[in-house]
Amino acid sequence: MSDAGQGVAASPRDQVRKKISELIPSLEGLVSDLRVDYGGGHGAMDDFNSETDSDYTSYWRDWFISSRGNEYFCEIDEEYLTDRFNLTGLNTEVQYYQYALDLVTDVFDFDCDDDMREQIEKSARHLYGLVHARYIVTTRGLAKMLEKFKKSDFGKCPRVMCESQPLLPMGQSDVANSSPVKLYCARCEDLYNPKSSRHAIIDGAYFGTSFHNILFQVYPNMLPPKSQRRYEPKVFGFKVHAAAARWQADEREMLKDRLRGARIESGFEEEDDDAEEEEEDEEMEGDGFEGAAVQQ
Amino acid sequence: MSSSSQVTESWISSFCGLLGHEYFAEVSEDFIEDDFNLTGLQSQVPMYKEALEMILDVEPEDDDDEEEEEEEDEEDDEILGDERPTPYRRASDRRHLRIASDLSVIESSAELLYGLIHQRYITSRPGIQQMAEKYELQHFGTCPRVHCNSTKVLPVGLNDSPGHETVKLFCPSCLDVYTPPNSRFQTVDGAFFGTTFPSLFFMTFTDLDIGSGIRNNPTTAAQALIQIQAENAKNSNTTPANVTSINGIAPHNLAPGIGAGNIYEPRIYGFRVSERAKSGPRMKWLRMKPADVTELDETRRYWENPPDDADRPHDDDLNMVDVAEGKSVDSRKKISARRKRTNGSGNGGGSPMDTNGVGAAG
Repeated sequence: MSDAGQGVAASPRDQVRKKISELIPSLEGLVSDLRVDYGGGHGAMDDFNSETDSDYTSYWRDWFISSRGNEYFCEIDEEYLTDRFNLTGLNTEVQYYQYALDLVTDVFDFDCDDDMREQIEKSARHLYGLVHARYIVTTRGLAKMLEKFKKSDFGKCPRVMCESQPLLPMGQSDVANSSPVKLYCARCEDLYNPKSSRHAIIDGAYFGTSFHNILFQVYPNMLPPKSQRRYEPKVFGFKVHAAAARWQADEREMLKDRLRGARIESGFEEEDDDAEEEEEDEEMEGDGFEGAAVQQ
Repeated sequence: MSSSSQVTESWISSFCGLLGHEYFAEVSEDFIEDDFNLTGLQSQVPMYKEALEMILDVEPEDDDDEEEEEEEDEEDDEILGDERPTPYRRASDRRHLRIASDLSVIESSAELLYGLIHQRYITSRPGIQQMAEKYELQHFGTCPRVHCNSTKVLPVGLNDSPGHETVKLFCPSCLDVYTPPNSRFQTVDGAFFGTTFPSLFFMTFTDLDIGSGIRNNPTTAAQALIQIQAENAKNSNTTPANVTSINGIAPHNLAPGIGAGNIYEPRIYGFRVSERAKSGPRMKWLRMKPADVTELDETRRYWENPPDDADRPHDDDLNMVDVAEGKSVDSRKKISARRKRTNGSGNGGGSPMDTNGVGAAG
C-alpha cells in the first residue's frame, strides 16, 4: 500500500520546509498552506515519493479504524486519499492540513514535541473523517460500507417492531461540529442515537446527510420490507390511543393508494395477511359484543 | 442470594439490587401479604409456598417442608392469616433446613413469583407511585429515537404471561416500544412489568409534561435547524387553542415526539427523496399525527356527518375533547356544536361516564 514511498531521498523543498518549521513552529500552518498552493497537480505524487522516514510505517489508517470507538469508519483507499481532487477545500477546514495528510498517508516525518504531535493527530482524525464522508458515497466506499452494514457493524434498530434491522450511520448536517452521528433504520425510516457513548461523540459530518440514502438507491435490493404493524398501547387489554393508530393507518392506506395509482410497488410486507387479520379481529370483536349482550 | 449472605438484607431488596434488576420496584410486604393480590398465582408458580416464604424472608415454625407441599392451600392461608407475633424465623436460619438443589429451584420460583406480583403491584396505587419516583430519576433510561429528544421511557411487557418476551421500553413521545440498550435487561421477563403499566402510568399522571425535553432550547446549529422546523410545525398545528384534553390527555402530551417537524425526511445532497422512488419514504405514517388533535375525536366526527339520525347518542356521550371555557372560540362548526352542548348540559348535568368534563367545568 504505502511502502512505495520508502527509501527515496527527501526533496530539497521538504528539507527546507522541515528546517523552517523547526525554527519557527508557528509558521507551520502557513508553510503547509504555501505548499498546497504551489504544489499544484503533482503535489500528491511529490508527497508520496518524498518522505523517507521508515520509522513511520505504522499504517495510521489501520490503527485508526481498528481502534475502539471508530468501528463505524471504513478504510479509505490510498489512491483516493492521495488524489488532490478528492480533498478539495479541506485544507481550510483542517488545522496543520499537510501534516495531518502526511500522517494519514503514513508519510509523516516531522519531528515535534508531544503537544504538537497531539494537535496533528487530532487534525488527522478530523481530516480522515471529512474525507470519509466523501469516500463512502463513491462506488468502492459504498461497497465497503455495505459489507459493514451486512455485518451489523453499526448496530441494530432498537425499535422492537423492526426486528433487529441493521442500521446505517448518518449525520444531520454536512458541516463539521454541528451534530454527532445518528443511526438510520431503513425499516422504520427513522433516526436513533447510538447506544454507546463512545459512538455518540463522533461527528455526524464524517458520514454526511446523503450517504445512507444513496446506498439504498445503489443497492435497492438491500431495502428491507416495510412493516405495517405498530405497537398498540393497552390498558387491561383495552387499546389506548386507538383513534391515533387508526388515523395513522388511514394515512398509510392513502400512501398505498397513491403508489397504486402511480403503479409503484409499495414495498410493504404481508399486505394480504394484514387485511385478513383485521377482518378476523372485527369478527371476534363482534362476537364478543353479542356474547356480552346475552349475558346481561 | 440473600439467603446465602450474612447481612440481614431482605430478599426483596437484594433481588432488586441485582445487576439487571434496576427496573424493579420493591414490592411492599403488605401488598404481598394480602392474599387477594396473589389470586391465581399459585397455579402459575411451582413450589409456590416456599417461594412466597423466601420472598417474605419467613419460615413457619413447622420444619418439614416436603410434606407441606401437598397441603399448600391450607398452610398458605394459615401463614398469611396468622397474626401470632413470632411464627417466623429469618432467612439465615432457614438456609440450614433445606438442601441446596431444592434451594435453587425455590430461588427461581421466588423470582418468578416476585415478578408476577410485581406486575400487579406497579399498577396499584403505592406501586405506581414508587415507579413514578424511579421514572423521575430516569431509572428506565430515555428513548433512543432522535426526534424524541431523550424522553424518559417506562418498562413494558409485550405479554402478560411469563416466558414470552423480555422487557421492553415504552416511549410516550412516539408511542412505540424499544429494546433496552443494555443486554443485561435481556434476561428480564417482560411479563414482570406487564402490558398495562406504562399506559396506565401516563393516564394516572396526566400532569407530567412528556415533551418537556423536546421543547428545550437548542444548543447547536443542527438543533437550531430542527427547532426552526419544529416552529414551522407548530404553525401547522391547528388544534383549537381552547382544547384542553383529548381522551383525557392534554394535546401537548399526546405523542409530542411525532407529527410534522418530527418526521425524518430522507434527502440526497439536499434534495428530498420522492415517495415514488423505490427507496423512497414509506413509513412516515408511523411518525405522523393530525395537526388538529380533535380529528381523533372519531365518535363526534362520525355523528356530525349524518346529523339527523335518530340513533344519534346524547351529546355527552360524544365527549372526547375538553375545551377550556372563556378562551378564544373557534368558529368551526364542530366547536360551536360542542359549545352548545356544554352550555346546554351545564356543569353538573353530564353523563355519569363523563370524566373529561370534571376538570373543565370547575
